[in-house]
Amino acid sequence: MTYEAPKMKRREFLETVGKKLPRWALLFMAIDPKKLLASPEDDYKPEEHEYAMGIDIHKCIGCGRCANACKNENHVPREPMFFRTWIERYQITEDREAIVDSPNGGIDGFPETKGEESVLRSFFVPKLCNHCKNAPCVQVCPVGATFISPDGVVLIDQTYCVGCRYCIQACPYGARYLHPEKKVADKCTFCYHRIRKGLLPACVEVCPTQARVFGETGSQSSPIRRFERFHDLTVLKPSLNTKPRVMYAGADGEVR
Amino acid sequence: MFISLLQILTSELPKITGYIYPNEYELHWSIMIVVYPYLTGLVAGAFILASLERVFNVKVLQPVYRLSLLSALAFLLIAPLPLVLHLGHPERALEMFLTPHTKSAMAMFGFVYAWYLLAVLLLEIWFDYRKDIVTWSREKTGPLKYFYTALTLGATDLSEKALAFDDKIGRTITIIGIPSAFLLHGYVGFIFGSVKANPWWSSVLMPIVFLFSAIVSGIALMLLVYMVTTMFRWKAMNMLCLNKLGEFLFYAMLVDFSLELLDFTQRLYESEESIAILSQMITNRLFVSLIISQILLGTLVPMTAIAMARFGKLPNELRRMLYFISALLVQVGIFSTRWNVVIGGQLFSKSLRGLTVYKMQLFGLEGLFMTIALLVLPLIILYVLTRLFPPWDPNEKRRPTAPPAS
Repeated sequence: MTYEAPKMKRREFLETVGKKLPRWALLFMAIDPKKLLASPEDDYKPEEHEYAMGIDIHKCIGCGRCANACKNENHVPREPMFFRTWIERYQITEDREAIVDSPNGGIDGFPETKGEESVLRSFFVPKLCNHCKNAPCVQVCPVGATFISPDGVVLIDQTYCVGCRYCIQACPYGARYLHPEKKVADKCTFCYHRIRKGLLPACVEVCPTQARVFGETGSQSSPIRRFERFHDLTVLKPSLNTKPRVMYAGADGEVR
Repeated sequence: MFISLLQILTSELPKITGYIYPNEYELHWSIMIVVYPYLTGLVAGAFILASLERVFNVKVLQPVYRLSLLSALAFLLIAPLPLVLHLGHPERALEMFLTPHTKSAMAMFGFVYAWYLLAVLLLEIWFDYRKDIVTWSREKTGPLKYFYTALTLGATDLSEKALAFDDKIGRTITIIGIPSAFLLHGYVGFIFGSVKANPWWSSVLMPIVFLFSAIVSGIALMLLVYMVTTMFRWKAMNMLCLNKLGEFLFYAMLVDFSLELLDFTQRLYESEESIAILSQMITNRLFVSLIISQILLGTLVPMTAIAMARFGKLPNELRRMLYFISALLVQVGIFSTRWNVVIGGQLFSKSLRGLTVYKMQLFGLEGLFMTIALLVLPLIILYVLTRLFPPWDPNEKRRPTAPPAS
């Protein structure tokens, strides 16, 4: 038996190729190789988001897990003078004096009070960068290394920062520090590497009492939206007109 | 220096009191940022003094005119050094020129500095010295001849018309220079005064106070430089000039002190949220550098002494001594002023609940020895400048024949 090759005339062949090639080409053109190789976060479009954080003072138990998680997640130096977030304990005495402390940023919890002063009320206040809409740190940076991302997060380009520390001076909240090894300004980014993948900031993720709420202000179903609807809110140092994106529910007038 | 030493000696004693934000344990602007406004203040002050002679025709100040210009240049050349030394990434310093953030008060420093150095000071000195430079290029031999010839920039015309042109241009530059000098130091004040987060700095008076303290420090510097250089050249001091310097110094100090008192009174009377912690800081942390060194030793004592020397009937020898000691005290006082602004502004927490301390290093880029070097370096540059461009009047008298006092 001899094998007979299927006969295709030259005309037929050209016709087939002529018909099918454009279809294949169209298919290939529809697939962007960059997109094939990319991870989901590269789809992230900052201009389509707007974030905010809410902190419920009544829910915070001062466990310090948020500050600890932040140090782990963001490789913040462990020394007790570098924090992206920390927790303050306020004790209002019978004399209406506020005693504030934050030993190691609250990471190791708070020592029991010795009962020397009779305390009227006591509460914990988690602090972090307020991601101000009218950010003084952004205004003063001489090279524009610190900027507000379209999604409202205040970020630092650490490859560009000259380390002049003007932003640290300009921040009313003490939220910035000079990174001891990188010699550039450093601060909370709302865990930008996480939120752009759709995850929560580390501090919000680990909070056992949901004292920290994070989300998109524009989305109807966002937890931050709900938080804003059901609480009386305040921001820190409102007189400075910094317009923070971090809102506090139940914050005492003594908090600053 | 005296203040810094005192601070070092006393810094171990007080610890952090009250509550400060955790990120505030580290003091961010070191003594380098104290030196920077101190140096630029001397520059602006010396230049404004020089312009008094040139623009307002205060002829008795002739002996210090050129000396003031050279001093301003010597200090201006060193002024950016403490800033660069302080940066976390000095290799990125040029980004401030190349990609400045125009809304930043600090970003404009490079441009103000460049304008002042290149467009004002160097031009004015060149036009003022052009005749001498041409003469020296003809008289000197060896490498110096080439040095001066290069400096003439080819403009060797010494005709009367050309010299009149030099004079006219020099005067115009000085007129532009006065607002420029005001800009230079007023601007430095604005860097601090515009920080709303810091109640110790945030004041609309800050640039003006900086400016007047700059004039005070500049005049006091020129008193010192003039007296020392005249002494070492074995020449007679021009008492008319000294008295005029003393007089201007007194007036400038009067304005400066009044402004600071006004600022202080205003704060005290308004009694804002920050007043408790600021009062605590003044009586506690800044007592030596503010009350003793800035106000008492740096202002009240020298003002009294200068008033006595200038307006009292005293022998010239005693007057000179009073002027000299006063001018030295004024320098200590102005350095303390800068210290109190820069370091003082960081000694209290922005939580307004606690005070911290500043521990200066001895060695290192931001240490005490570097500070001393930065303060001595301009004097060395000034010495070299006076050798290359002698600012002295060739008809000066020798010391034994003391001129009559005014």
